[in-house]
Amino acid sequence: MLITQLKSKDTIDTLIKGKTVIINCHGCKEVCFPEHEAAELQKELSATGNIMEVITRDYICNPDNLRLQLQKYMAKINASDIVMVFSCGVGVQTVAEYLEDKKVYSGCDTYPLPGFQGVTPLEFACGQCGECYLNYTGGICPITACSKSLINGQCGGSKNGKCEVDKDMDCGWERIYRKLEKMDRLDTLNYPAKVRKFWNPDADPPKVD
Amino acid sequence: MKLTELFQRGEFVVTCEVGPPKGFHIEHLLHEVETYLKDRVTAVNVTDNQSSVMRLGSLATCKALKDKGLTPIFQLTCRDRNRIALQSDILSAAMLGIENLLLLTGDHTRMGDNPQAKPVFDLDSVSLIHMVKKLEQGEDLAGNALEGEPPKFAKGAVVSACSDSVDVQLAKMERKVKAGAEYFQTQAVYEPEKFIKFMEKAKQFGVPVMLGIVIPKNAGMAKYMNDNVAGINVPQEMIEELKKDKEKTKAGITGVEISARLIKECKQYCQGVHIMALGWESKVPDILAQAGI
Ligand code: SF4
Ligand code: SF4
Repeated sequence: MLITQLKSKDTIDTLIKGKTVIINCHGCKEVCFPEHEAAELQKELSATGNIMEVITRDYICNPDNLRLQLQKYMAKINASDIVMVFSCGVGVQTVAEYLEDKKVYSGCDTYPLPGFQGVTPLEFACGQCGECYLNYTGGICPITACSKSLINGQCGGSKNGKCEVDKDMDCGWERIYRKLEKMDRLDTLNYPAKVRKFWNPDADPPKVD
Repeated sequence: MKLTELFQRGEFVVTCEVGPPKGFHIEHLLHEVETYLKDRVTAVNVTDNQSSVMRLGSLATCKALKDKGLTPIFQLTCRDRNRIALQSDILSAAMLGIENLLLLTGDHTRMGDNPQAKPVFDLDSVSLIHMVKKLEQGEDLAGNALEGEPPKFAKGAVVSACSDSVDVQLAKMERKVKAGAEYFQTQAVYEPEKFIKFMEKAKQFGVPVMLGIVIPKNAGMAKYMNDNVAGINVPQEMIEELKKDKEKTKAGITGVEISARLIKECKQYCQGVHIMALGWESKVPDILAQAGI
């Protein structure tokens, strides 16, 4: 349920200052990984002469698995200055803990990937907010469809149905209102002022039928 | 003095907005306010890091205005503070004797001059109004008791009267009224017909509404607002009017005339006017005089 994205070439260049071993993780179906771009970038990096080895494995986030997978490369790793990991943040942390004396760097940024549940890519995003408002909002998530995650209606910033923050994005509250209007369910919006509960999973049960 | 008391008395309330400086030197602002607004407007509304641009605080500015004998309105947005800070600032306002609030969600941080900032939005305008109401009832948002007599404010909110999705705005307005909003000021109005239609629908909520005026400074500003500011549409004829006599427009005369005309056309349909002068505070007396207020 997350996505990794390569850091910029400039950033990576500043990190690779010495003999480097690269570890890619391609194993996990929950992570969307830019395999092709990473391979291209690593080819370019190899031209610097600093890259000693490129290792591509799976599930490096599992410490036992990682240890087994790295066994035959340990001589090279020991001889290197830097281990550059291209994986999600969990993978990088696992490697860093295992190779505790090494400079272990991350070549990627990790984002949550909305719309993934298990291994099935879906069209909809859930921000895992702890109190689902979908019953009030015609099934459109106000947390992820509205840039401010507003739960009490539209802000004053929408213009021509677009969001004030991103003009390419439809205003979530415009969509919610139009959908409820179409379904003749605008009375749903008469719920009392809602206050978001950020750390309380025991939220009020929705009172809307 | 609370604006709500004035509305109850049937007074036509006039407020003007000022933006604190980007710095802490407030002499210029105080001078403008004393020269052009004092004794001419009912209250002065102080923006809270307007358009997400970092500035001197609204609360401190309100206090400075109060010390000069003006009635300040403390604007508070949800963008920069979580509910603890918001409640704390409300109590601070009460302690400083500030009685009028304008409660807003706020622009996104990405619109301002520190776009890297984390937008907070712990609450939104509706839950913020609800929060102030709870404080007035003697407890905080979590239900913990306040010490002593609870504060009491006039709680204002905003609505986009000429928005292209005015029905969505009216739905939000209704939620604000139910949460405790006692008066409204609108986003800038340039189309009286739209405003009048809006007021017909807004009447059902039984709360006073102040017509929002942004003085049109020139055609460029009008076009900019049309392209970038939600809920504002400056009609083409008005842009032509601003273009017609460059010198007159530059001197601010055209902007004053248009503003006064808008107020005259809308006055009988609303309970007050709120002028957003954007640095042209000096024009406010002329506008009011020409509008017959
Ligand atoms: S309202 Fe909350 S729980 Fe429901 S879909 Fe949106 S983020 Fe997920
Ligand atoms: S314009 Fe719409 S989607 Fe964007 S922040 Fe405002 S209410 Fe949310």
